[in-house]
Amino acid sequence: MHELSILEGMIQGIQEEAQARGFGRVLQVRLEVGRLSGAEVAALRFGFDVAAQDTVVEGAELEIIEVPGSGLCHACGAEVELEARFDLCPACGDGFVTVTGGTELRIKDIDVEEA
Amino acid sequence: MCTTCGCGGDGATLDGHAHAHGAPPRPGRRRVSLEQNLLAKNDALAARNRERCAAQGWFTLNLVSSPGSGKTTLLEATIRRLQGRVPVVVIEGDQQTSQDADRIKAAGAPAVQINTGKGCHLDAHMVGHALDVLAPAAGAVVMIENVGNLVCPAAFDLGEAHKVVILSVTEGEDKPLKYPDMFAAADLLLLNKVDLLPHLRFDVEQCLAFARRVNPGIEVLRVSAQSGEGLDAWIAWIEARRLAPQQA
Repeated sequence: MHELSILEGMIQGIQEEAQARGFGRVLQVRLEVGRLSGAEVAALRFGFDVAAQDTVVEGAELEIIEVPGSGLCHACGAEVELEARFDLCPACGDGFVTVTGGTELRIKDIDVEEA
Repeated sequence: MCTTCGCGGDGATLDGHAHAHGAPPRPGRRRVSLEQNLLAKNDALAARNRERCAAQGWFTLNLVSSPGSGKTTLLEATIRRLQGRVPVVVIEGDQQTSQDADRIKAAGAPAVQINTGKGCHLDAHMVGHALDVLAPAAGAVVMIENVGNLVCPAAFDLGEAHKVVILSVTEGEDKPLKYPDMFAAADLLLLNKVDLLPHLRFDVEQCLAFARRVNPGIEVLRVSAQSGEGLDAWIAWIEARRLAPQQA
């Protein structure tokens, strides 16, 4: 459910940018969502239209760029891809992998109507 | 390397990514780069809360757990032990009712209840206003009892010094693996209701191993708010940190 409040905060941010930079309707929003960000892509897609109602973002297309998780293994030093935070190191099987990427949750850019 | 986003070049395996940033905006459109963190608004407000806490010497803890872990009972016991040593105030978060705030007030601490309605977590904006209402004395301990939920509160920084996750032994030992974000975000794990261990099949070592798999640096204290076991160590943990210089 917190995806909805994340989306509401995001859309408010875009509204503020729209005023500051003087652009009108938003046609596309691109988000980067890390596999380990804690946000669910399906829930973001589901909530987007609702959160966008009556804002400059209403009717915009949502594109989500999923970023895989990555980590550094303390035991073998390998840089590995992670499906989840607590994955064992796929290279050596050790448990202590520090997350180094895939936690991002951000608006990359938006496409707006040419003035 | 891709100059748009810095990801790995031709061998990129990102689903729907390799093609995506190459495509220019369609005619009649303009692309505006934002590179904005989706939690930017909350994080900015949390930073403001953190500055206020540092300026006033408030030591702020964000207590998170699933419903029924014993947060409020633990808070009552904590308030009684800290009374006379340091002012304690409590911010209570629940979807509905002021029952928890009423219990805290009865235990002797000023409290403000935030009802989140349909919301599943507290955010930094709500906490900022709660601090306005409570106006804690300089040097006070501010306890924030978050909404009982092991998922969403992990993502929302409130400006606290530490997140403290409470897990009771009547829950499963695999909770740290099922809700890893919360255990990764916390600095301290309070394993509560340990007085019940003789009656349960709960593998403490396995539970702690799971917690450390998610967060190798997490500290652990075993407590029982009911029997008082381990509470001296918990109070000592608070005392040691509240007197340490805080970072804004």
